[in-house]
Amino acid sequence: MKITVNIWRQKDADAKGSMVTYPLESVDEHMSFLEMLDVLNEKLTIDGEDPVAFDSDCREGICGTCGVVINGIPHGPEVTTTCQLHMRTFKDGDTIDIEPWRAGAFPVVKDLVVDRGSFDRIIQAGGYISAPTGAAVEANNIPVPKADADHAFEAATCIGCGACVAACPNGSAMLFTASKITHLGLLPQGQPERDSRVLGMVEQHDAEGFGGCTNIGECTAACPKGIPLDVISRLNRDLLGALSRQAVGS
Amino acid sequence: MTTTTPAPGEFHVVGDDIRDAAAPTGPIERRWDDRKFNAKLVNPANRRKIKVIVVGTGLAGASAAATLGEAGYQVVSFCYQDSPRRAHSIAAQGGINAAKNYRNDGDSIYRLFYDTVKGGDFRSRESNVYRLAQVSVNIIDQCVAQGVPFAREYGGLLDNRSFGGVQVSRTFYARGQTGQQLLIGAYQALERQIGAGTVEMNTRHEMLEVILVPDADGVERARGIVVRDMVTGEIETHTADAVVLATGGYGNVFFLSTNAMGSNTTATWRAHKKGAYFANPCYTQIHPTCIPVSGEYQSKLTLMSESLRNDGRIWVPKKEGDDRPASQIPEDERDYYLERIYPSFGNLVPRDIASRAAKYQCDDGKGVGPGGLGVYLDFADAIERLGRPAVEAKYGNLFDMYARITGEDPYSEPMRIYPAVHYVMGGLWVDYDLQTNITGLFCAGEANFSDHGANRLGASALMQGLADGYFVLPNTLADYLAASPFEKIADDHPRVVEARQEVEARITKLLEIDGTRTVDSIHKELGHIMWEYCGMERTAEGLTKAVGLIRELKNEFWTNVKVTGVNEELNQTLERAGRVADFLELGELMCIDALNRAESCGGHFRAESQTEDGEAMRHDDQFAYVSAWEYDTDGDGQTPILHKEPLEYEYVEMKARSYK
Amino acid sequence: MPVVYESEPQSDCDRIVEPAYCGPVVTSAPTKRTPATRSTVALKYSMAVSGLIMIGYLLLHMYGNLKVFAGQEAFDEYAHHLRTFGEPMLPYEGLLWIVRVVLLAAILVHIYAVVVLTIRNRRAAGYAGGKRYHSKQNRTGIQRSYASFTLRWGGVVILAFIVYHLLHLTAQVVTPGGASDSPYDRVVNGFEIWYVTVGYTVAMLAVGLHLWHGIWSALTSLGGNRSATRIDSRLTGIAVVVTLVIVIGFLLPPWAIFLGLEA
Repeated sequence: MKITVNIWRQKDADAKGSMVTYPLESVDEHMSFLEMLDVLNEKLTIDGEDPVAFDSDCREGICGTCGVVINGIPHGPEVTTTCQLHMRTFKDGDTIDIEPWRAGAFPVVKDLVVDRGSFDRIIQAGGYISAPTGAAVEANNIPVPKADADHAFEAATCIGCGACVAACPNGSAMLFTASKITHLGLLPQGQPERDSRVLGMVEQHDAEGFGGCTNIGECTAACPKGIPLDVISRLNRDLLGALSRQAVGS
Repeated sequence: MTTTTPAPGEFHVVGDDIRDAAAPTGPIERRWDDRKFNAKLVNPANRRKIKVIVVGTGLAGASAAATLGEAGYQVVSFCYQDSPRRAHSIAAQGGINAAKNYRNDGDSIYRLFYDTVKGGDFRSRESNVYRLAQVSVNIIDQCVAQGVPFAREYGGLLDNRSFGGVQVSRTFYARGQTGQQLLIGAYQALERQIGAGTVEMNTRHEMLEVILVPDADGVERARGIVVRDMVTGEIETHTADAVVLATGGYGNVFFLSTNAMGSNTTATWRAHKKGAYFANPCYTQIHPTCIPVSGEYQSKLTLMSESLRNDGRIWVPKKEGDDRPASQIPEDERDYYLERIYPSFGNLVPRDIASRAAKYQCDDGKGVGPGGLGVYLDFADAIERLGRPAVEAKYGNLFDMYARITGEDPYSEPMRIYPAVHYVMGGLWVDYDLQTNITGLFCAGEANFSDHGANRLGASALMQGLADGYFVLPNTLADYLAASPFEKIADDHPRVVEARQEVEARITKLLEIDGTRTVDSIHKELGHIMWEYCGMERTAEGLTKAVGLIRELKNEFWTNVKVTGVNEELNQTLERAGRVADFLELGELMCIDALNRAESCGGHFRAESQTEDGEAMRHDDQFAYVSAWEYDTDGDGQTPILHKEPLEYEYVEMKARSYK
Repeated sequence: MPVVYESEPQSDCDRIVEPAYCGPVVTSAPTKRTPATRSTVALKYSMAVSGLIMIGYLLLHMYGNLKVFAGQEAFDEYAHHLRTFGEPMLPYEGLLWIVRVVLLAAILVHIYAVVVLTIRNRRAAGYAGGKRYHSKQNRTGIQRSYASFTLRWGGVVILAFIVYHLLHLTAQVVTPGGASDSPYDRVVNGFEIWYVTVGYTVAMLAVGLHLWHGIWSALTSLGGNRSATRIDSRLTGIAVVVTLVIVIGFLLPPWAIFLGLEA
């Protein structure tokens, strides 16, 4: 099929970018979206043009490296990662707009590649359980109710791709932050650091320049892993608890 | 003694035998404890003065960096990804083995050890494997303490399943995303140390060279690395007291594999070219149940859990070139070839047999789907027998994945599957301490060759990565570092400058060729050669041909590749070009290794060495050794030198595998 | 939590004899952290609480409005009683002033929070070339409601209405239909004029849209949501019910007056 793509081209972080149009003559419907870009890049390379820079790695939907905004929607029209989107989703003759994640805290590095280091720094600010190697007790000494373990797992499936931020009109990373708060906060091992975790992570979230949550739910709707929206309410509860315990000095 | 010219029909020469000097002796269950006890310790107050470079942030690299950081060393960590959380360990699905015996089904450290040695087809070291089984228990404790959400039972205790054909339930799992959850655990531990300032993290940095510097006694020590900042193109040198490579496997030499797009051999290959031995490069694990290639544009292959073979029936049309849709092929015109050839195991024959059988069917022109490279995996009987809801409950997520990728509904028409490269058992040669033959250069995880022999059991890759990173390296590295800090290496040290210049010259050369072929087209061609001649079935004739083809292709690459852009930018073409250049050389060595090993064992099948039933035939009298290859520096890699490390089995009797 | 070294503080490189490598201790936090008490989440708490205070007031206000159906005497008596409520413990109009002060504070907090968050969120959204996304497709997002798009401008419309409303019925600066000492008369005089009723209706619909998303959002900000998506939540049900009660409750009197159905 014939496809026209409009792609955001930006030489480097400081350059001004713009949308550039490329026609593609023979796109196979079984190609993945990124393979379509591979084909375009092969053509650009042969023509001596600079290929389009985009991030991808595992191409099986789990590493969270890939991700572009397709026709205004992060990861495109299907609820999945960009690498798992296939061209059969589109029709012959379609025009597809491809843009990088947009957020103040995700500066563009080149073309469709953005810097998501802010996510790592949010994790550094408390997204862990302090368990130095060797200090662990026998695993079955810590029973975890199955429901809690399952819910924690569900939150822990976040792949850190950043689609939530790209979808949020406020550029908020609350879904990402809250998924980690929920994952660790539901487990008994995570209780000792529960307050310091939420305080640290929320502070870092703001310091990175992410916006505030307005509870619109676009993040969950765009999330390729279906991280549920209630994790944000859990973060809100945890922070309220932490702040009140801080206020009364306990 | 090393001769200088290869024997007729061979490409290599044979050097002296080697042995693992760090290998402990005594009762096997005491060896690791003894090694730890005898290892020198580093005073906690001195650790801050000691710097360790860790390359790679997968399970082995992240867990090593975090643990060394906790211990108080100055750790500098590198990864090519934009975040350490994205390393390809994340894609492991099945689970992680541990000899906890929570199921009271007779499991033990000894049994895990026994199964792993046997699974490795008697081509691994007993001491290493025993240690792996021992620390497997600690890994689970460690991961649970970190908050890894393993599957649990209603009582709140950890759940186990049986995996990879073993008869005990010792596999811990987190739905189909165990690798992800374990890596996130290690990643969080790593980020904690980055936040604490003990680990300096460099993302989007690719290691391109190792720096060796002789010490006062003339011993060449690994003292640093050269990396390229993939955003700015800046070539940086970093020096340290020790270097750890945890850079994963090289399955992408086949172009199409289940590895990530960026997975590469550059770090290990650069170390090899600086003198590190590369061990058993030909041992490749090929997984039978992957989604087949759909076209020439295909960029990677996706694995589906082998559990599908529990209920699915594998078949092809009896007639060659039968292109009717599956539903229109009547029952008596279908060949359920695994059930026919292996009546007792049927569809559950081991991975390598299932893979080869599929290849033979396709070679005979009976393959289905695009290019005739696929066989059917049919659930119609299972759906009829168990009902669709039961099949859905068991395999729903896999069916969804298949439907998403192929656009076909596996409930109404059979799946198509084909084998794909999944894991490599080979890697840098290391001793019991995980130190390569280069002093101060350590190697962990899939990047080394240490524990799996000729084949790896299911759910053992995650175990090995974390064992190396959390428990082995921190102890053995300390023994090495006890003599440090070593003399400081200045940035303008001749060896540092030389290494940097080598890297710069290589990049300049790649950019100057300005030919007509894209990097990917050459990589794909290499992949075709490797898959055809060094894939599921290898022959002396094919391998010899492959070496010639690869040498031609290597020449084509260095004269006709086209790399656009400049170094001083984010240049993904340049990144790939550098990796493919190394894959070309590694591919050649893999073929030479496969040619030398005129036996069939584990993930290496030589057509010349099989029983009448087509079963792999080992030749323990000739090949019970580790092939450790030395780079032939004088001959520019044309004539690699083979060093044999003999393998001895004191505890497990060497037996031939039987599945009939 | 940072690793604590018993004898060696992290930054104190100089104290170690012969530091082989004393590179910078790297943590890559780019900007200074402000306390969580001033975080975006805390601002959302204040928006939620101030919003809920105003909703509480609206419900009481609506109750009073409905007294119009009990007749002029009852309505005026109620209006008067509001001023004498709590006497002699409170001075005349004491309660009213307390309510007014609390309400004003709530409005100011609400506006302050929204201004701070809006400025911040706009920056966080990362515009390039004047737009966030240049694609003209899917401009309304994936599942966003009209209410969520209109929250901020709806708020401005409501604010403008409140000013007019106070000028009309409280301060009697603007007196469509004529001024009066009887609150009942003021109300009836006003709403007998079609454009007053229509204007009031439009304002109430704006309030309705604001509350529809606002109530859900407030309860969620305070940690009340337990469901996976925006649509599924039980809180959405609560928001819809409260919104309908308020909008209908407020629209009944003017339309009854306009159509001549009041007591």
